This record gives sequence, C-alpha cells and structure tokens, in this order.
Amino acid sequence: MSTTIEHTDVTRRDFIYIATGVVGAAGTALALWPFINQMNPDASVLALASVELDLAPIAEGQGITIKWRGNPVFVRHRTQAEIDAAKAVKLEELIDPLARNANVPDTDQATDENRVVGGKEKYLVMMGVCTHLGCVPIGNDGDYAALVDNVKTGGWFCPCHGSHYDTAGRIRKGPAPENLPVPVYSYISDTKIKIG
Amino acid sequence: MRNIFIIASVAFAALTGAAQAEGVLPAKDISFSFEGPMGTFDRGQLQRGYKVYKEVCANCHAMNLVSFRNLSDKGGPEFTPEQVKALAATFTVKDGPNEAGEMFERPGLPTDRFPSPFANDEAAKSANGGALPPDLSLITKARPGWYGTINQFFNGIGGPQYVYSVLTGYEEPDEEMAKLQPPGKSLNHYFSAGPWIGMPAPLSDDVVTYDDGTKATVDQMARDVSAFMAWTAEPKMEERKHLGFMTLLYLAVFTLMLYLVKKKIWHGVPH
Amino acid sequence: MSGHSNYQPTTRFGKWLHERLPIMELVQAQGMDFPTPRNLNYWWTFGGILATMLVVQILTGVVLAMHYTPHIDMAFNSVEHIMRDVNYGWLIRYMHANGASMFFIAVYIHIFRGMYYGSYKAPREVLWMIGVVIYLIMMATAFMGYVLPWGQMSFWGAKVITNLFSAIPFVGDYITTWLWGGFSIDNPTLNRFFSLHYLMPFVLAAAVGLHIWALHVPGNNNPTGISVKSAQDTLPFHPYYTMKDLFAIVAFLVFYMAWVFYSPNYLGHAINYEPANPLVTPAHIVPEWYYLPFYAILRAIPDKLGGVIAMFASILILFFLPWLDRSPLRSFKYRPLSRFFFWVFVVVCVILGFAGSGLPDNYFLSHHAAPAEGFHFTYKVVGQLATFWYFFHFLVIVPLVSKIERTEPAPASISEAVLAKAHDHAA
Repeated sequence: MSTTIEHTDVTRRDFIYIATGVVGAAGTALALWPFINQMNPDASVLALASVELDLAPIAEGQGITIKWRGNPVFVRHRTQAEIDAAKAVKLEELIDPLARNANVPDTDQATDENRVVGGKEKYLVMMGVCTHLGCVPIGNDGDYAALVDNVKTGGWFCPCHGSHYDTAGRIRKGPAPENLPVPVYSYISDTKIKIG
Repeated sequence: MRNIFIIASVAFAALTGAAQAEGVLPAKDISFSFEGPMGTFDRGQLQRGYKVYKEVCANCHAMNLVSFRNLSDKGGPEFTPEQVKALAATFTVKDGPNEAGEMFERPGLPTDRFPSPFANDEAAKSANGGALPPDLSLITKARPGWYGTINQFFNGIGGPQYVYSVLTGYEEPDEEMAKLQPPGKSLNHYFSAGPWIGMPAPLSDDVVTYDDGTKATVDQMARDVSAFMAWTAEPKMEERKHLGFMTLLYLAVFTLMLYLVKKKIWHGVPH
Repeated sequence: MSGHSNYQPTTRFGKWLHERLPIMELVQAQGMDFPTPRNLNYWWTFGGILATMLVVQILTGVVLAMHYTPHIDMAFNSVEHIMRDVNYGWLIRYMHANGASMFFIAVYIHIFRGMYYGSYKAPREVLWMIGVVIYLIMMATAFMGYVLPWGQMSFWGAKVITNLFSAIPFVGDYITTWLWGGFSIDNPTLNRFFSLHYLMPFVLAAAVGLHIWALHVPGNNNPTGISVKSAQDTLPFHPYYTMKDLFAIVAFLVFYMAWVFYSPNYLGHAINYEPANPLVTPAHIVPEWYYLPFYAILRAIPDKLGGVIAMFASILILFFLPWLDRSPLRSFKYRPLSRFFFWVFVVVCVILGFAGSGLPDNYFLSHHAAPAEGFHFTYKVVGQLATFWYFFHFLVIVPLVSKIERTEPAPASISEAVLAKAHDHAA
C-alpha cells in the first residue's frame, strides 16, 4: 500500500493485524446476537398461558374453536358414526401414517386411539391449522366426512388449496403433507381439559 | 486541552440538576447489597421484601408491570416455579368473559400481572381520602431520594433509600405542627410532596412474620421492601452489570489492540 | 470530487461492474486513496464517531420500533415490555437512550473543533452550513424521540416546546393546533411524532451524505489551517485514517458502554418513569442536557415571542459564521486573541447549560430561592448575562477580533509544520 510501512518486521506486523481483525470480527458477531435474538418470542410469549376448557357443554356432533397461542384449536364432540368411520380406515390408506399427537411418542401410528387422549375417543382436540400453508379448514366438510342421512358430519376441508381431512383429522387427499397436529393437553377432571 | 475535559465533565455532571422541594429532607443514605458496579441483590432480602409487599403494600398499591412469573426469574427473588404457582394462587384475579359473557374471579396464575387492589383510579382515590396510591413497579426509578448532579453521579438517585426513608420517617407532629395538620394526613419529612402524606404509617414491628426467622422490625421490613422495589424497577440489573463487565473488558482489549495497529501503521510517518 | 483515480478492475466481474456502475472506483478514490492532510489530530476523529453513532441509533431504533406501540394507552407499558420481556430489550433501549446523549457529546466536540480550527471558512462554507442543518435535524429528531416513552417529562417537555410556536403572531395558535392534531398533546401527536422520529434519521443520513460530499470537494481542513499545497502534505485515507478513526471509535464505545451498563438512567429524568398525566405538571420541567443552553436563552428574554426568536436565532446565527470571521487565517492556533475568546465562548456555553438547568428564580447553582427584591445572581440573571455574551461573541467579537488581531507566524505548508514538530521531538 505505502512505502512507509514496509520496513517493519513482516511476521510481527501480520500477527497484530490478523489478531486485531479476528478479535474485531468476533466482537461484532457477539454484538449482533442481541439484535437477532430480540425477534425471538419474548419472555411474556414464552410464559404462554395455558387454556382450560369445560367439555360438558359441547353437545354430541358439535364442535367449537378456541384460541391457544394465537392459533385456532378445534374441539369436537364426535358422534359414534364419526368414530366408527375413523376406526374403519386401514393404516395403509393414510397419506401420513404418524399420529402427530404431542401426547404420545413421535413414532406412534395414526390409529384413531392415538389421535385422542386418555382413551376418551368422544373428544377430538387438534390444531385448526392446515398443515399445507396454514389456513383454517372448514368443519363437517370434505370427501372424508361421515355421512348421516346424506348430511356430512365430522371431517374437514381446507378451502385454500383443497386438502381433505377425515373424522380423526387425518389428511386423506390434497396437498397437505401431515395430519392435523394434536396439541399437548390433559384431563384435569372428567370433562375438563387443560391445553398447554 | 486538559482544561476542556475538566470543564466538560463538570458541566456534564451538573447539567441534569433538579431541586428538592422546600421542607422535604433528603433520604437517609443506607447502603444496599446491590449498589456499586458489582453489587447483586440479596435473594433472602428480596423474598422477605416480597412478603412485606404482599401483606402490607398490596392492600392499596398496584404493581402492574410485574408478573408473578418474574418472581422465579434469574436475578430476582428466585422463588422456585412451584413456590411462584402457590404465591400467585393467593391473589384473586379478574378474568373473563366466560361462556355466559360474564367476568369472573379466579386464583392468580404465574403468567398474571400483580392485580390492582382497586377497580380503577377513582375507586383507589375514594378509598384513600382522595390520594391515589401510586403503582409501585417503577417507584425506585421514578423517585429520587436526593438531588445534586454530582451527588447523583456517584451515589445514584437514591430511589430505594427514598422508599426506606418514607417508610421509617413518620413523626408525631409537635404542638405547632399539629395545628397545621390536615385531617387524615400524617407527618413525614421524607415524602417528596411532603411534609404531609396521605398514607398512614404502614409498618409496625412484627406486622409480618418472616419465614426465615429474621426479626421483623420496622427498619428491617423497610429495608427489605425497598430492596424488593429496586428489583421490580430494574429486574435485569444483575444481567446488565454482568454483561457490562464482559463488554468493557472486551472493548478495553480491542481498543488496546487497535492502538497498537494504529501505532504500527503510523510508525515513521511524520504527522 | 478531487483526486484522480487510477482504479483498474482486476477481475472479470470487476470490469463488468465497473462499466455499469463505477462504485468500486468511488470507494477507492474517496474512501481509500483520498488525500488527507497528514497532521490531523484526534479532534478530527469525531466525524467518524458521529457516523458510527448515527448507525447505532438507526439500528437500535429500528429494533425498538418492532416492540413499541405508539398509542397513549400503551406507549409507556410497551417501553416497559421492552425493558422486561423482550430478549435484550433493556440493552437495546438503554443503548438508544444513552446513544442520543453520546451523539450530542460528539457533535458538540465536532462543532467546537470546526470553530477552533476555522473549518467553516472558505472554501468550506457549504460544508459548515450543511453541518448546521444536520444539527437542527438532530435536535428535532431527539426531541420527538424523547416524547415516545410517554412519561411525565415526555409529555410536558413536548407541551412546552410545541407551545413555542404559539408565540408566532396571528397564526401561532393555528400552528400549535396543527402540530398537535388537537387541542393538546394527545394520541394524534404521539402517532405523528413516532412516524417522524422514524423518518428523520434517514433524512439525516442523506444530509450526512451531502456533508461528506461537500467535504471531499475541498478536502479536509487541518490543525494549521493551511491549505494542502503538495502531495507531501497528505497521506492516503486508508490505512492511516481508517485505522486512526477506528481506534478512536472503539475508544469512544468504551465511554458509551460505561454509561449504558453502569449508569443507564443518569442522563435521563427520574420523573419520566412515571406515566404521562395531562392533569399534573411536574414541579420542575427541564429538557435533556443537550438542549439546556438553548433553554436558558429562551428563558433569558422576558417576552414570549422574543425568547423564541432568540432561541432560534442562537442556532441560525451559526449559518453566518463563515462571513462574520474576516481573518485571512483559518486556525486559531495562530490567532491568539481569537483563541482566547474561543475559550471564553466555550465557558459561556457551559454556563448557559447550567443556567438552563435550574428554577429561574433560585440562586445560580443552588436550590434556594432568591428574594424577589434587589439584584441577585439567579439562574435567570446568569442566563441573561450569558445569552448577551453568546450573541455579543458572534456579532461583535468575531468580526472585530478577526479584523484587528495580530496573528502569529504560520508555517508555509503542512509538511513544514510537521517537520518542525518532528524536529522539536528529536531535540
């Protein structure tokens, strides 16, 4: 660069330049972390409120949608016809063979039993978020709803890109890759659940 | 050139001055464990202070910016999460609306903020003779115990000392003062808008029973609750000092290295 | 721009880019090879420090805006949410709040440096005037930023300062109502201040671009004030001044971070940790320290309109400084009388700062009220004397002294001055 610095000892000169460059780069990287990390969920979001829900008022064949962590959760009191329809499905027919239930081991299969908690097969609780691109599927709709007197019951259909879920919330047709996930929840009494 | 530094630093120090009101005493300069660049909170003291807040102050004062979950945060009283659950449940929190569209009351959860003891400011005023008990979340940062820019530079603003001094500063008015005493007010020369204060002396010996066996004198409780409010106002203080130490250490080393680089580059160059 | 570049792209991509956008040539010519006087001292590093502070303020500000809510019911709590819940939010907010003060410390040093070495004189008048514009934008930006936390001092500071405009004859009340979007400082005011506080730094950055452009046309002034005469007088900007500036910037960061980590609230006001209350004025309203001299000038004039005019005039007068100074020499190094009055002026500015900090009728630097009768050195009286001197300095001392003073012998060139200094060191 310039003639004035050439007469200094080359190795020592290089060492201090390189060392300073490394220390500066490391410091800059560390200083960037707070600016990146501030976009992660903050303490108030992480301390997520869990939601408690009384299932008793939900009549058979009725479903409600509640909000948990900003997302809709479907809570459905299934009819016997819906449960039977779900149980009749062979595992080979499923697009996604895994249970996708946060309350059972990850490798468990998507049987109807593994889609509910505590053996209470009447109550299906799952995220109302299509696993394709996140729209909210419409209930009592789709090609895999149970048919009672020619009326669709159970089953979900996502209007955005045409994904069909069956009466256990499993993906059967369309672009969605996975079954609707079941969130962490437990029964705190016979008819009361706590999500989260 | 040195002169300019002296002038500038004195100017700098004095430029944020403010005056203490007449008839108000500067706070008593008691010392706390969290003072100084390395000071940390005393967990036991914060836990005791919480108890004083809960059993005495919380009857009238809200602490809206603090959640129960914060009580188990690192750098605070560090109760266990189980203790926090139990502590939260001793408060009643308004929630709702439920399915019937009505508000209801339930025990507090760790994610709740400390509830206000009154429905609104107007209710708080009418229950306290027209005086609004301030929210205590930030009180030790909002109320200086003393003034003087150079004084504050070296000793801080004395916020915790202010709380301590108000709590221990109640006096019986003498005959002459008693004539001036407004109804329902007490005499306290440390109160920032004093000397008459709407809050009657809140502490008396053994008004709380400490779990760790510490004797609950007025002085002890005042110290503990002041420390607790220092934490509620600046919950990240320990993290800040710790990160500050690392940052300054790094910067000192890096500055020195850059100085050597600069010296090397300029070596033999007349300038 | 001065300096001819001998930039030759070495890679194929470099050549391709050069034909379409000769940006690397600009970087080399203006950022690396740029001939810079070899005798610049550390007072010249504050330009680089200021650029760094602008970047820090924009970066931290953009982050804070991600978590802040500009609504009167939520602003205060959202700032506390940043302090308590957001990951490292406390650090970023303290960096931004103290960064403003650091920015002003650096800018004041930069301005006084320019005054001392005559950097405002021809051919750098436009450079200087753009600098004054930058300073004005900084003041407006910092003022609006201080309102955003919506504490007591935010609210009342905003109220008092916006009320300055009500002093304008005939249209004053309309202007304040227009500024507020209502009949007092309220939600519309907070919203527009937030919007403008976010916008202004980018205007500021553009002005800084012009400032640097205007610097690169005549090149740097230097401590001797003697113009560059030959290549011997200069050094390439890189690596000499890049490394010197970087060292100074990081040293300044030590100072800055000491505030952020160990005294983050000292430069603010305790009362601003109390939420804004439009019904209760705090006992003592003071602006941030960097406005205090101007606040003192405002209060020195006993007339509302007069005070406002004096305050604005005290800044606008800086625009005329290049023409008020009639001396053939730039640097005060060789102008003993100017040098003396320069230091008097610095002291007067500091006194003005103190004068703006206390209650007007208290004794200067005391908490005690002066009696109503008789002459006393109160904050107000000291402020009036200092205000007088402030204007007297610019309007009388500078033109007069620069005309009559006997200058000391200046060196013929920068290299001569440098060699003489090197000789002194050797002796």
